[in-house]
Amino acid sequence: MRLELKGLTKKFGSFTADDDIDLVVEPGQIHAVLGENGAGKSTLMNMLYGILKPTSGEILIDGEPVSFSGPGDAIAAGIGMVHQHFKLVGPFSVADNVHLGREHTLAGGVLAAKAARQAVLDVSERYGLRLDPDAICEDLPVGVQQRVEIVKALSGPKTELLILDEPTAVLTPAEIAELLDIMRSLAESGTSILFISHKLKEVQAVADTITVIRRGKVVAELEPTASEAEMAAAMVGRAVTLQVDKTPAEPAEPRLEVKDLTVVNAAGVKALDGLNLNVHSGEIVGLAGVEGNGQTELARCILGLLKPDAGHIAIDGADVHHHDPARRIADGLGYIPEDRGRDGLVTEFSVAENLVLNQYRDEPFAKNGVVDAAAVRKRAVDSIAEFDIRTQSPDEPAASLSGGNQQKVIIAREFSRPRRLLVAAQPTRGVDVGATEFIHNRLVTERDTGTGILLISSELDEIYALADRIAVIYNGRIVGEVAPDTPREVIGRLMVGADLGGDADAETDPRTRPDDDANGGDR
Amino acid sequence: MSTDTATPPAEQPDAAENPPPRPGFTQLFGRYLIEANSVMVTVYSLLLAFLIGAVLLIVSDENVRSTYTYFFARPQDALTSSWILVRDSYLALFEGAILNLNTLERFQAGTAEFGDLLRPISETLLNATPLIFTGLAVGLAFRAGLFNIGAQGQLIFGMLGALAVGFSLNLPAVVHLPLAIVAGALAGAAFGAIPGVLKATTGAHEVISSIMLNNIAFFFLVWAIGTGFFHSETKSELVTKPVDESATLPTLLGWLGAGLRVNLALIVGLAAAVFTWWLLSRSTFGFRIRAVGFNAHASATAGMHVGRTYASTMAFAGGLAGLAGAALSLGVGSSGVTTNTALEYGFDGITVALLGRARPGGIVAAALLFGALKAGALSAQPDVPVDISTLLQAIIVLFIAAPALVKAILHLRTPRGGMVTLEAKGW
Repeated sequence: MRLELKGLTKKFGSFTADDDIDLVVEPGQIHAVLGENGAGKSTLMNMLYGILKPTSGEILIDGEPVSFSGPGDAIAAGIGMVHQHFKLVGPFSVADNVHLGREHTLAGGVLAAKAARQAVLDVSERYGLRLDPDAICEDLPVGVQQRVEIVKALSGPKTELLILDEPTAVLTPAEIAELLDIMRSLAESGTSILFISHKLKEVQAVADTITVIRRGKVVAELEPTASEAEMAAAMVGRAVTLQVDKTPAEPAEPRLEVKDLTVVNAAGVKALDGLNLNVHSGEIVGLAGVEGNGQTELARCILGLLKPDAGHIAIDGADVHHHDPARRIADGLGYIPEDRGRDGLVTEFSVAENLVLNQYRDEPFAKNGVVDAAAVRKRAVDSIAEFDIRTQSPDEPAASLSGGNQQKVIIAREFSRPRRLLVAAQPTRGVDVGATEFIHNRLVTERDTGTGILLISSELDEIYALADRIAVIYNGRIVGEVAPDTPREVIGRLMVGADLGGDADAETDPRTRPDDDANGGDR
Repeated sequence: MSTDTATPPAEQPDAAENPPPRPGFTQLFGRYLIEANSVMVTVYSLLLAFLIGAVLLIVSDENVRSTYTYFFARPQDALTSSWILVRDSYLALFEGAILNLNTLERFQAGTAEFGDLLRPISETLLNATPLIFTGLAVGLAFRAGLFNIGAQGQLIFGMLGALAVGFSLNLPAVVHLPLAIVAGALAGAAFGAIPGVLKATTGAHEVISSIMLNNIAFFFLVWAIGTGFFHSETKSELVTKPVDESATLPTLLGWLGAGLRVNLALIVGLAAAVFTWWLLSRSTFGFRIRAVGFNAHASATAGMHVGRTYASTMAFAGGLAGLAGAALSLGVGSSGVTTNTALEYGFDGITVALLGRARPGGIVAAALLFGALKAGALSAQPDVPVDISTLLQAIIVLFIAAPALVKAILHLRTPRGGMVTLEAKGW
């Protein structure tokens, strides 16, 4: 299918979300649309998928102008979409999910389970997407769930164009690699792909053509040979330093000591299995690992939301076993949760209220149990200026902010009070290039003021950019601590437990003793 | 959800190239009237409820129904009798709740006292008083994400607590009355805390536990009235001792006429509403309640004690419902408390909170409305079936709970920022 957009424009009142967008997707081509959060990518896709009606301009499929009044029309025209946030019914099987809304039925509305299974098998075989049609979706890893979404999109009557909206945001590095392979093979078999992303490396790796959108306008058409710096500059509108400037770390006294930490989860599995880890003041320790290997449990134990079944945690040299989260926060523990919508923000609260969410009881924000609205507002005004939070006013609900700005609210909250140790879990997840740059620089500045930082990230790029020391977590234990100049392959193998034969070695490796810091600051 | 959050939720297809000129006040107001915002949905819900109530009145009246059998021969018969029935019924409700036109005539003629004129209003306020408390009890818990079905049980315990202090101590009124009121609040709070504590410690759902506790409270009341401590010394039926004179709530308008029963509890109720508003919007406790109600995960991550907040909110809500109980047992005067005194005030509190959208001001307004419906229905029977008031309440709540229904029936516009549906979290 050849898709052409001519002068596509979408206005909301006086606000123009998309302005005169021209774009051509050739058959069998992977066309990347790059842009920051709020650039107008999703509005564009929603018009293409029939969710929004364009204010002006037209959409042509194989030269014929089309007009969609809903996603049903788009699907009938051969467009399939994989949303960033999956739209799956968790307790349903893969086959049920793929045919949700267009179930195979026998006479009298009886579900034709066999036909549905077979249809899934046909599609997955045709495109080489392995799937078990009987598996229950919520039990599947995120990467496989996404494959279900792709098969669902491809199962339309004649899907020839696939829209992938930020498909890699939730995937592990291995799953991303697999997805990119799938995309390539789909393109080879003639499916056109519109790939929405703000991750430069992936775009570079897979796209045939790149269209960059900024503030609703097409600002550049690039070849995949373009450098990352070129793409980033086009996206943000100014030169962006992808490299974080930092001086060698000067680790001093220990701020976080985790000893033999063990957590047994509800299923009886050891989520953390005798984990040992130290973080000193003035250093960033990067915790690398595939998600689900105990990072979440570790972070929650350090904050005190989860009580370990065995082992000790000391913050600033003091055992915190009997301290509740409030006490640990008051004593200087900063915490950037991995899931900001769930754990980081009360999205219905105003920006100002979110900025004091963990300090609302402290002076000067409250006195004798009464909140001082003026003090809260003043803090908000200050933080909005200092951290460049883009919001119309401190009273806007946090939900109205873009992901990057929501993350800045959390960063501002944690950095605006005295802190000794910072646990930053996925601090730039779903955040655009400009905000990522900002957050990375703040983390380094924070380190230089003497805070100990534990950086938990599933993105190796981020670990490499920031960490002074890298610890690799696998199956609830640290399987290796390495210097930041260790090659990717080595860390990658540690991350999947490939070197477990040398498990004992890794544990007795002198480098697991962070005190002798031969590898700490030579980056 | 998309990553592009710059997209406003409401579509405005009429916005052309140039930004339109700023609309004037009348235009804005007119637009407001045809929008499904929370105020207009409430207004239209009331109107629709009275409309449907009218239909049901007509259908249920045998005489009027018979005129429809020859509707095509003489339609004016059916229409006239329907109109008269609906008019008279609603007029009777109005006269029982707000102003009796007969009394007004007699007052103008000099044969009635001014106090007689105020009687319907007094009854409305009297009926609204417990609803203010129970509405607040449900509404406050709502804000913490809790569905407090247990207001009825908390009210019963508040009633018994206030009663026990009210007849067993011999004190001057200045001390006795406040003490009895506080005892009611504390008893309600203690009983209300139970589902909160259970939720905090074991995860038991407050809806289930508070429903069950309602039954426990009711049968406890039946048993307690029969005990020697509570049971009346002079009567044989199931009724308690009356509270002492010094613990009886003084009437507010008694100096204008003997029949004006509205009492001091109304003032306490309004004060409780103001205090609840202040608590929610100004205090750190209220900050915590709202934070936990919106997002318990983020609240826990920020160091708040979610379980403790649940428990203390439920205790506070129970205290409010307990005040309703105190208002009842200290307000009934010499007759004493029976198993019927509590009526359904606790359950009605749920609908009041829903109608008031869990905001103290709205709850007071809703309580007044329901109090008026109740007073009107009581005074209008047997001419008007007493069920009509319950029916109207039910229809109102149905529409309030389903704003999309009102929007669809009246073809209202979607307001900016979407429609507001009140829902309890944590299901």
